[in-house]
Amino acid sequence: MKLYRDLTIRQKQIAWAWAFLAIPVLFYGVIRFYPTGNAILISFQDWNLLGARTWTGLDNYQKLFADPVFWKVFRNTFVYLLLGTPVSLVISFVVAYHLDKTRFLHGFLRMLYFLPFMTSAVAMAWVWRWFYQPVPIGLFNNFLASLGIPQINFLNSTTNALPAILAPAVWAGLGFQIIIFMAGLRAIPKSYYEAARIDGVSTWTVLWEITLPLLKPTIVFIVVFSSIGFLRIFDHVYNMTTQNPGGPLNSTKPLVLMIYQTAFNSFDMGYAAAQTVVLFLVLLVVSLLQLRILRDR
Amino acid sequence: MAVTDEIAIKPSSEALLRDGPGKPPRNMGQILRFLLLFAGGVLMVMPIAFMISTSLKWPHEVYNLNFIPEEPTLENYTYVLEDGRFYWWFLNSIVIAVITTISSVLFDSLVGYTLCKFRFPGRYIVFIAILSTLMIPTEMLVIPWYLMSQQFGWLDTYWGIMFPGLMTAFGTFLMKQFFETVPDDFIEAARIDGLNELQIWWTVAMPLVRPALAALAIFVFLGNWTAFIWPLIVTNSVEMYTLPVGLSSFGDEADVAWELIMTGAAISTIPTLIVFLIFQRFIIRGVVMAGLKG
Repeated sequence: MKLYRDLTIRQKQIAWAWAFLAIPVLFYGVIRFYPTGNAILISFQDWNLLGARTWTGLDNYQKLFADPVFWKVFRNTFVYLLLGTPVSLVISFVVAYHLDKTRFLHGFLRMLYFLPFMTSAVAMAWVWRWFYQPVPIGLFNNFLASLGIPQINFLNSTTNALPAILAPAVWAGLGFQIIIFMAGLRAIPKSYYEAARIDGVSTWTVLWEITLPLLKPTIVFIVVFSSIGFLRIFDHVYNMTTQNPGGPLNSTKPLVLMIYQTAFNSFDMGYAAAQTVVLFLVLLVVSLLQLRILRDR
Repeated sequence: MAVTDEIAIKPSSEALLRDGPGKPPRNMGQILRFLLLFAGGVLMVMPIAFMISTSLKWPHEVYNLNFIPEEPTLENYTYVLEDGRFYWWFLNSIVIAVITTISSVLFDSLVGYTLCKFRFPGRYIVFIAILSTLMIPTEMLVIPWYLMSQQFGWLDTYWGIMFPGLMTAFGTFLMKQFFETVPDDFIEAARIDGLNELQIWWTVAMPLVRPALAALAIFVFLGNWTAFIWPLIVTNSVEMYTLPVGLSSFGDEADVAWELIMTGAAISTIPTLIVFLIFQRFIIRGVVMAGLKG
């Protein structure tokens, strides 16, 4: 205590700051930084948990890039991204644009759109899985049957299963994006619209020349944020295809599911770690590219 | 309140244009816009509504298209809860989500406050280091976390499920932004009054950022309540599962009736829906704050 009293005010500040940061710095070091380094290290090793860890250099990466399943999975992951991001961006913008102009029951409508964001992905994956079942079980096919329309094979088809799994993922994220878009729309100064109206500019021109350009920061945020989400899709795929995760015939398997199976079904830790490093690089490159392209325009 | 806001924000000429006489088509357009938005909103909640309605149906009615159950029953809930597993999973999820939420809110705000209001050597490095962890996907860390848990005997324990979520970089960054709004004069005044730094943080700064704390708490709770991949990896025994992991294994069992799966799904969804309905304004504001500042 005597020692503390002898410190200058600035020294006391430094002492307090580090006292506050001691546990968090330890946490980030042990739970975030060390594992990151460890994952990269393991990716250069051959290790199946039981046997010895042996250094194998780039073998895991060579094996990965020669693995046809990996390229299938890689393609699937980008299909999730390339379908999910534009679709959710367009829907959420259209809804936000019109919701922003609707004052009647505004709060109630907003609640309806936002509610799915508060659900658990696993629970909703099972609900949608039920919807997709064939007649006489699944809601969608029962509905189609009641209209006399032929059934659609959703989850057992190699072409339909991926979009069918993507749908609840898009659905759950819309509410968040709509709220962000509405906040962006509100931030545009009213005087811009005022000026446009005085000049007699059409609604479409206002949309293309004023609203969308001024929304660019919001759009960039939503694109980057939702892309990261789609590239990391896992909960929906795993739960909607539990009998044959990622099936049928790997047609829905994303990278994270491949990582999970390699690590915790085959216990091939080195190979799985190499896949996580690839995931990290994919996320990094995609985010940086998007920031670059969208910012420049 | 809302009315005065509108008047204050909108220039009067626009209000004139909008309410000008002889504009029935414009009103028709607005009616159409409202109806389409309403139809879209109903579609959005349909999966949730059907989940709840099916959980209240008798087995013979489950595959009918009617939305309102003919004879609503709580039989499915009784059955699922009597089975006992959902009790455990619910309890586990509550305990884990509450503890991680308290821990994250406390530590994230403490770190955010320190990085915002103190000047000390290493401040910038610590800030950049924490920020940089945002770029690392959880999936890259699960293998080392698993190995760590195996080594220290954390597998299949509450601690094992919780430890990765005790602090969040996102929350730290968010709280740092919000402590910027706390005037330095307040902190200086408290210092002159003889409060120590811990007291200043807790009694002066924290009450001023309450809305941000509430938003952060809700996000962390939701994140941990719905977390799937890590609890799936770290738990082995059925009693240690969280609700999402439990529901996943329950649904995967052979011959489980769909109405029971819907009931389980409803049990894991209804708590967060209730939280939302109570704190709606907070949450919407929180999304905006997090989205724009985070």
